[in-house]
Amino acid sequence: MSSFMNWLDARFPATKMWKEHLSEYYAPKNFNFWYFFGSLALLVLVLQIVTGIFLTMNYKPDAATAFASVEYIMRDVEWGWLIRYLHSTGASAFFVVVYLHMFRGLIYGSYKQPRELVWIFGMLIYLALMAEAFMGYLLPWGQMSYWGAQVIISLFGAIPVVGEQLALWIRGDFVVADATLNRFFAFHVIALPIVLLGLVVAHIIALHEVGSNNPDGVEIKKNKDANGKPVDGIPFHPYYTVKDIVGVVVFLFIFALVLFYAPEGGGWFLEKDNFVPADPLKTPEHIVPLWYFTPFYAILRAVPDKLMGVMAMGGAIVFLFLLPWLDRSPVKSIRYRGPLFKIALTLFIISFVALGYLGTQAATPGYTLAAQIFSVIYFAFFIFMPIYTKIDKDKPVPERVTFQ
Amino acid sequence: MSQSIDTGKRRFLTAAASVVGGAGAAAVAVPFVSSMLPSAKAEAAGAPVEVDISKLETGQLLTVEWRGKPVWIFRRSPEVLANLETLNDSLRDPSSNVLSQQPEYCKNDTRAIRDELMVLVGICTHLGCSPTYRPELAPADLGAEWKGGFFCPCHGSRFDLAGRVFQGVPAPINLQVPPYHFQGDNLVVVGQDAEGVA
Repeated sequence: MSSFMNWLDARFPATKMWKEHLSEYYAPKNFNFWYFFGSLALLVLVLQIVTGIFLTMNYKPDAATAFASVEYIMRDVEWGWLIRYLHSTGASAFFVVVYLHMFRGLIYGSYKQPRELVWIFGMLIYLALMAEAFMGYLLPWGQMSYWGAQVIISLFGAIPVVGEQLALWIRGDFVVADATLNRFFAFHVIALPIVLLGLVVAHIIALHEVGSNNPDGVEIKKNKDANGKPVDGIPFHPYYTVKDIVGVVVFLFIFALVLFYAPEGGGWFLEKDNFVPADPLKTPEHIVPLWYFTPFYAILRAVPDKLMGVMAMGGAIVFLFLLPWLDRSPVKSIRYRGPLFKIALTLFIISFVALGYLGTQAATPGYTLAAQIFSVIYFAFFIFMPIYTKIDKDKPVPERVTFQ
Repeated sequence: MSQSIDTGKRRFLTAAASVVGGAGAAAVAVPFVSSMLPSAKAEAAGAPVEVDISKLETGQLLTVEWRGKPVWIFRRSPEVLANLETLNDSLRDPSSNVLSQQPEYCKNDTRAIRDELMVLVGICTHLGCSPTYRPELAPADLGAEWKGGFFCPCHGSRFDLAGRVFQGVPAPINLQVPPYHFQGDNLVVVGQDAEGVA
């Protein structure tokens, strides 16, 4: 065995990479619950790719046959229902895991210097994931697929001068049609997965270059022993690989419960209107995007102007990218932050969840007003961040990580 | 052979080669980007649609498909037509000044050739949903001021029964009136002006 490894290592850095990224990658010893979601996101990515490959074997990207081919997978293909539900439930699970992963970054300041690029790559992954989910949702060619795509592509039409032409170019027809379905299939199964995988690699390489943050926000690289190893660090393998397996077991337990007992998630993971084939002449009475887009959808609806609404929605995501430079506090973790940041973050999370709920409801005047108020709070969190993080009364940060 | 290396010349040659190579790469992108535009087949599918309106009652709405889009044809009562003018103050563009949204012969008070018969493209000018026909007066969900019109379920845009957009909603401009003309009393040809193809 060792002679084989010697042969291999002389030609390919297998042992070197194993050490750099696993057995000698030192992660802080005080990781908690919130540190499960990075590896879980990787697990769901693999699940989506594997189930996706098997779905393409029976799916037909053609407006005339797409809807029926999905029902064919559900009824006639051996175990087709399981593979399809794994994929559709997996999409929602992906966003659950990613949102919790991002929340972790927010509370422990994992986006702050020197991890700006880890955050930027992560945000790009989030963007690619949204595009992937949006394009995938057109493929079953149901009513929600069709009208959801119609609305989102029309967003580009709001751009002055070139907008209409751009929307036409994206659709490949004057309305969402067979050409649109066919190209979304190409993006969903080839182009975006490649982009996504590349970004995941960049995210992890950047992370392993600077090292992981932790719930105390203390840089473990500042305290090294005689051998140059961080005193508060433990090798990722076996310590965190084993810890993550516990997380995987708990995750799969919950995932299987949803998968087998509520695969449509009560209309949240697969919407009821999507069991009706696409009808270009009739919009469903109550059209909503899937739950993971609804906060941004609520912001879009809150603005009574087409261009401004689209800009507000785009801005809601652009601000997240700027987070490392908006936060002026010297302290990373919420444990040592002052009251202002804690209040601001609480209001932000409440607004995000409330907007998510409002985005699922019909646009009544009362709800629209509520969405406008929460949108203002959402943006205030970012706009005033340079001020309140600077004047906040932060607590002293310990020299070493705290660990019981 | 000189021993000294002319780095300035090397830099120039590298830059020149990069520019030419970059231009070549950009040129190669043209066919790929263009392949995503509507194909010749999609461009050609726009034939006019003939609709028989002899059985269309007052207040009734008929939806037909033209260029893949829903087109509404509906008959308006004299009361509806009388109400149109009273709404002018709450509309964004009551006199149809955005010229792209109707043919010249429909830029009038009722946005129609024959006052009672309305022809509209049923696609919201906000984000492309198809609004719902709500001809009733003052329903609970739309408020006491509602005098009949179209309500978009997606983002709450409101239009009157001439397809004119109300103020304070996300849709920026009036619904589009397609080119159309009549052949005799009971036949509407959608997608074609009286003189020829639009």
